[in-house]
Amino acid sequence: MVDLAVDMGRGLVLANPVMPASGTFAEGLAKVVDLNGIGALVTKTITAELRGGNPVPRVSEVANGMLNSIGIPSKGIDHFLDETLPFYRQFSSPLIVSISAPTVDDFARAAERLNVEGVAGIEANISCPNIEEDGKAFAMRPGTTEQAVSAMRKVTELPLWAKLTPNTGDIAAVARAAEAAGADGLVVGNTILAMSVDIETMRPTLGNVMGGLSGPAVKPIMLRMTYQCARAVDIPVIGCGGIASANDAVEYLLAGARAVQVGTATFIKPGTMDEVIAGIAAYCRRKGFNRVVEMIGALNAEMMAPDVMEAAQ
Amino acid sequence: MRQHSFADVPPVADAFSAQVADTAARVVANDWVNAEYKLIVLDAPGLAATAEAGQFFNIECPVVGEDKPFFRRPMSTYAADSVSGRVAFLYKVAGAGTRGLAALEAGETTRILGPLGVGFTLPEDIGSIVVLGRGVGLATLAPLAEMARERGVAVTAIVSARGPEQVLSVERFRNAGAQVEIVLDSDGTSDIANVEAILRRLHAEGRADGFYTCGSNRLMLLMQNLAAELGIYGEVAMEQQMACGLGMCFCCVRNFNVEGEIVSKRVCWDGPVFPLAEATSW
Ligand SMILES: Cc1cc2nc3c(=O)[nH]c(=O)nc-3n(C[C@H](O)[C@H](O)[C@H](O)COP(=O)(O)OP(=O)(O)OC[C@H]3O[C@@H](n4cnc5c(N)ncnc54)[C@H](O)[C@@H]3O)c2cc1C
Ligand SMILES: Cc1cc2nc3c(=O)[nH]c(=O)nc-3n(C[C@H](O)[C@H](O)[C@H](O)COP(=O)(O)O)c2cc1C
Ligand code: FES
Repeated sequence: MVDLAVDMGRGLVLANPVMPASGTFAEGLAKVVDLNGIGALVTKTITAELRGGNPVPRVSEVANGMLNSIGIPSKGIDHFLDETLPFYRQFSSPLIVSISAPTVDDFARAAERLNVEGVAGIEANISCPNIEEDGKAFAMRPGTTEQAVSAMRKVTELPLWAKLTPNTGDIAAVARAAEAAGADGLVVGNTILAMSVDIETMRPTLGNVMGGLSGPAVKPIMLRMTYQCARAVDIPVIGCGGIASANDAVEYLLAGARAVQVGTATFIKPGTMDEVIAGIAAYCRRKGFNRVVEMIGALNAEMMAPDVMEAAQ
Repeated sequence: MRQHSFADVPPVADAFSAQVADTAARVVANDWVNAEYKLIVLDAPGLAATAEAGQFFNIECPVVGEDKPFFRRPMSTYAADSVSGRVAFLYKVAGAGTRGLAALEAGETTRILGPLGVGFTLPEDIGSIVVLGRGVGLATLAPLAEMARERGVAVTAIVSARGPEQVLSVERFRNAGAQVEIVLDSDGTSDIANVEAILRRLHAEGRADGFYTCGSNRLMLLMQNLAAELGIYGEVAMEQQMACGLGMCFCCVRNFNVEGEIVSKRVCWDGPVFPLAEATSW
């Protein structure tokens, strides 16, 4: 038996390193797969206020992936605590609640509200527009990342993960800022801002014109960013982007991710997370790892050093 | 801080039992029924074959040449038989996904996720219903006619089409014991005024305790107005672009009118069948 458990710090240990990506998972999956087998459950991002989300069409297909402009439709934190939380408490897997807010103070207020039984951790979706910063996402810059994370850190003892955005120039700097501000983990990362056009109707394919790219198409980019962040910080990094098979997840773990999130692939095949968990165990057996933690960051990038390259010539 | 009590939370189930299956289904047949529509019959025993009228499946469509459908495509259950373990879909070849589906040959397999969504209901006090459909909407309504027969409810099916060549499912409705009225664009009988006259006549004859529709905005609005005027129970099956089919992505939302308030609902999860009175035009 391979030991798949991973320690995420601050007392949070996951039975295995696989969980859903926020916004690609909800109660409906419980009709298809056993949620007790998933490493953690991550909710769709909730906000304190009621929100309607964006105009339709909200998704479209692109080569090997999708664009979405769902927005964050939310019935608010009260509704979540009263109606949604009891549902998730049926399952043994720890529940991570994703939150978002338009200002630093609102982030702190939302985080504070989650100090209730049944919530195992908070994932702060700081990839959304910050109204105090003219709509720029918090995680686009180290300064705003630091402000949002430290405000939340002051009000909660729960494990606190910051979900970063790839729509930034220097993700390692943002990662260091989140760590310095007290984040216990980083999710790398959210969707990549993108668009597509229907040449027949001569209109954008999304009602909102621009949207987020996800799915297999983004994997090489998100893997690179996960690698950069894992080298930049000491806290666990959770890789996310385009994972559709165990081999994809193994790439992330080798590159330094302590856990992974599966998003879009669950839409195409709801059993993907189960397959990824089983496949990671099979990989460990094949490579002789008794514990999955032995393969985390085991990537051998040394032969890429310039002197080795020269020697090879 | 508010206190939350979880006393009423049911205990963790000992053994997991799926309500929706992702089944590798083997193609039994995939034949053209007219110039635009094909009927695919799949071997999909187990949960898949338990689908009820109005429920649907999310079907994986193969990659063929330039066509690379990424999402699965939602299709209403045209027939589902738990005894033979077979499920059938009547579909219009429209774009990349359905072109791929059309290329599947007997013996090949594809994956189908289902049964999904909330299907049709027949309230106890209803003795007769009218189903009114056009195009693929008829595929959704056909199993309802069979469900009605099993419950002893009389069915009149109004089948609307462009011309005689596009008429679908008439045999299916007749075999289910339904009286069929065909209305066509080609001879003007599908005109809204004529369909309205037929519906009023059926109501006057006592053959319309319930209205059920799918496939046309125009026909839905007609039935909605008449149902409100005559106090008739009604349901409508809606469509919307889908990705997950399981209520997770929130891409399939539509606006509904619930007691005067506009609320957005997920077609895959809250529907695809909704109260006729709640539908807003599309
Ligand atoms: C609950 C439900 C039941 C359905 N039942 C049937 C059926 O029994 N028979 C049948 O022929 N069709 C049915 N449809 C419509 C069918 O899903 C679409 O015709 C099909 O998705 C078109 O895919 P395509 O790739 O061939 O076309 P494209 O036009 O290339 O599709 C592009 C995108 O638009 C989406 N799309 C296009 N038209 C529709 C539509 N009308 N509804 C939802 N998504 C759409 C596709 O999923 C895809 O993401 C149903 C739709 C829903 C929501
Ligand atoms: C339909 C959809 C909705 C999403 N909603 C959210 C959300 O509410 N909060 C969030 O942090 N990320 C959201 N995401 C981003 C995913 O969590 C994930 O970061 C992204 O899709 C990349 O992973 P993937 O390629 O495995 O899908 C959403 C993605 C999709 C496709
Ligand atoms: S298709 Fe995903 S929520 Fe309906």
